[in-house]
Amino acid sequence: MENSPDPAPALVEVRGISKSFGAVRALQEVDFTLRAGEIHALLGENGAGKSTLIKAVTGVFPRDTGIVRLGGEEVAPRSAKAALQAGIATVYQEVNLLPNLSVAQNLFLDRQPMRFGIVREGEMRRRANALLADFGLDIDVAAPLGSYSVAVQHVTAIARAVDLSARVLILDEPTASLDRHEVDILFGIMRQLAKRGIGIVFVSHFLDQVYEISDRVTVLRNGRLVGERETASLPRLELIRMMLGRELAETTSARASATEHRAREICASFENYGKAGYVAPFNLELRHGEVVGLAGLLGSGRTETARLVFGAERADRGQAKVEGAPVRLQSPRDGVRHGFGYCPEERKTDGIVAELSVRENIVLALQAKRGLHRPLSRREQDEIARRYVKMLDIRPADAERPVGLLSGGNQQKVLLARWLATSPRLLVLDEPTRGIDVGAHAEIIRLIRELCDDGLALLVISSELDEIVTYSDRVVVLRDRAHVEELAGEAIDVGNILAAIAADGAAIAHEGRA
Amino acid sequence: MTALLPRRGLAQILALIVILAVDRVVSPQFFDLRLQDGRLFGSLIDVLNRGTPVALLSLGMVLVIATRGIDLSVGAVMAISGAIAASLADSHGLPIVLGAALGAGLVCGLWNGFLVAVLGMQPIVATLILMVAGRGIAQLITEGRIVTFSSPDLVWLGNGAVLGLPVPVAIALGMLILTGAVVRGSALGLLIEATGGNARASELAGVGTRAMILSVYVWCGVCAALAGVIAAADIMGADANNAGLWLELDAILAVVIGGTSLFGGRFSLVLAVLGALIIQTMNTGILLSGYPPEFNLLVKAVVVLAVLLLQSPKFAGIAGTAARLRRSKA
Repeated sequence: MENSPDPAPALVEVRGISKSFGAVRALQEVDFTLRAGEIHALLGENGAGKSTLIKAVTGVFPRDTGIVRLGGEEVAPRSAKAALQAGIATVYQEVNLLPNLSVAQNLFLDRQPMRFGIVREGEMRRRANALLADFGLDIDVAAPLGSYSVAVQHVTAIARAVDLSARVLILDEPTASLDRHEVDILFGIMRQLAKRGIGIVFVSHFLDQVYEISDRVTVLRNGRLVGERETASLPRLELIRMMLGRELAETTSARASATEHRAREICASFENYGKAGYVAPFNLELRHGEVVGLAGLLGSGRTETARLVFGAERADRGQAKVEGAPVRLQSPRDGVRHGFGYCPEERKTDGIVAELSVRENIVLALQAKRGLHRPLSRREQDEIARRYVKMLDIRPADAERPVGLLSGGNQQKVLLARWLATSPRLLVLDEPTRGIDVGAHAEIIRLIRELCDDGLALLVISSELDEIVTYSDRVVVLRDRAHVEELAGEAIDVGNILAAIAADGAAIAHEGRA
Repeated sequence: MTALLPRRGLAQILALIVILAVDRVVSPQFFDLRLQDGRLFGSLIDVLNRGTPVALLSLGMVLVIATRGIDLSVGAVMAISGAIAASLADSHGLPIVLGAALGAGLVCGLWNGFLVAVLGMQPIVATLILMVAGRGIAQLITEGRIVTFSSPDLVWLGNGAVLGLPVPVAIALGMLILTGAVVRGSALGLLIEATGGNARASELAGVGTRAMILSVYVWCGVCAALAGVIAAADIMGADANNAGLWLELDAILAVVIGGTSLFGGRFSLVLAVLGALIIQTMNTGILLSGYPPEFNLLVKAVVVLAVLLLQSPKFAGIAGTAARLRRSKA
């Protein structure tokens, strides 16, 4: 198998790679080719094998069969570090940096500028500033990384990888937590890097972005290669068909007419509710059978609103009412007791208990609600787990598997199941579709609609405006930690939401002049 | 079906069998049992009897460690409860003696739990306080002397027999069953494992993580107090300087040998107690073999390393790869 002359030389050639975990064949004879200077999207549903392919190539775990050639030479890195030395840098979806160290220290970890055995802090900071300036980021690099938003942490991780003079840059869901402006900056950088001859692998669930940035796409499904295409000549429906293996209407746009929900009963209401320095006081009514969307940029107060509503954070002013009766929400326990549920944005740290089984994770909130003295018997637990694994199509359908071994989409479904098992009256979902593939994405949106039709009140946060418009009966727009606009019925569209968010700039300009 | 096989405990059971076999070699009469005055005697019974304090400590310790904590104060709590029991034994009835001693353990546990769960101190630091101060408190109670007593009730607790078994062994067995019934019979076990596995997520799921953490330290204190009473009853006196000295380390070791991770989460009561027995079987074996007791510490280290290696998935992976290589070469 000699190389045939390609338009651009193949930078990375992966041939016949396979990987099994026990009886599960995660990858079967997959080929993948990355050319120098191209941006190559790697697509597939959750569990299709994208992450496994990346990890097998970069040596995070050993592969069973197959070879990897980098620039024509066979390489077999035995660890991510060895891959990095060979010139393959990976930035994962969940940022793998040290939040307690400063941004500069993170950027130059392992290779700090030294003089006489002492780290040159000033030099390091200066270089960190210069490096981040390329990414349009002007921040205090001496502050701990953990004090910055996920977006900044992500850009830092990418900056570090780029600066390690990689020949190959693998970006696993780099844009999942970036807002549009940050995405534009990132894409600018990616194009610049590609021009320098670096090959970039781009894993994303945002098809718009795939079409915007990538030259070619490789699609995986169930651990097998489906195909490799030029992005420009690949119709979108064809791409989705490749990913899902079935025809699917491109977007789920079956939103019930908003007006019919007008007369619904109020489930929970919040009057002048807020916390100083957290979220400005707001009024919010949540009705049975209604989805309220929270829209706004990162850091605009969406998650903060959700945490106040659920009771994860204590309000210092205002009144909360459940079914008309005043209540105090001092802790998540109070929220759970009043029939609230909360799926947090950070699934790994705030959601799942990775070591425990799917079954135990599902029954956790219900058991906490019932109290110590009324344990669910093993049979009841099995029954509940079986019901939700089936209802939400959690895969693999093994309730005894540690939930940490499931893909992100399935972990999200487990968290949904955890709350549905408590028969809640209000469900707060923070970015329920973040980092989830197209198929599961549509499924979760369909679920949100169904739950709503069953009379549940839903408060949903999403960065994807198309998505919010699809399922919301009302949309609350936030800006600078305050609720600034509420849209209902016909007024809900992407343009209006953007206008409400963008009114910001004008307001600041006015204040600046005053 | 596979769930029924005790895969988790295999390494510990194998280790115990190997050590018992070695003990049999160094001391041919190791497995001999005889019945005398309604009580069994023999090296095996001795192992169980001597292993009781650490077994009791490990019952509390395993729950604390499951919440991602640790309790360094159990040895000092043993000294406190032993001192209280010895001081009261000749002037008060057994119920009052036991109540006071166990009550002291409960208060100690509440203190540790308060520091960790309410004030949010790191467990190792929080319990270090009582580890140091507790021995001082015990010495204040005994006024620096070794307090002896002759109350037959309390002596029976250390030296009597129930159905042929030494009373301490019966108590430890009873505590294992009681703890197991409370923890696994209620939702406590699941909620403790969830708290240890991911406290933030558990809190958000409505689990009262503070109450969980507080209650495991309280239980650990009570178990330590009971161990202290038995240790005092055994020697018919309380020595505030030496009672339970360094036993917190044996208890932690027992829990770790029992396969519970110091990072919290999944735990096993039975395997923790089995860990305590493994430690004591080694101790007794070395005593019987006639080697100097100092040797004990080295052997202990080697056995602990072996058990931990057997449990380690990474080691299993390396061993598996080595076996495959050998096979493919053949």
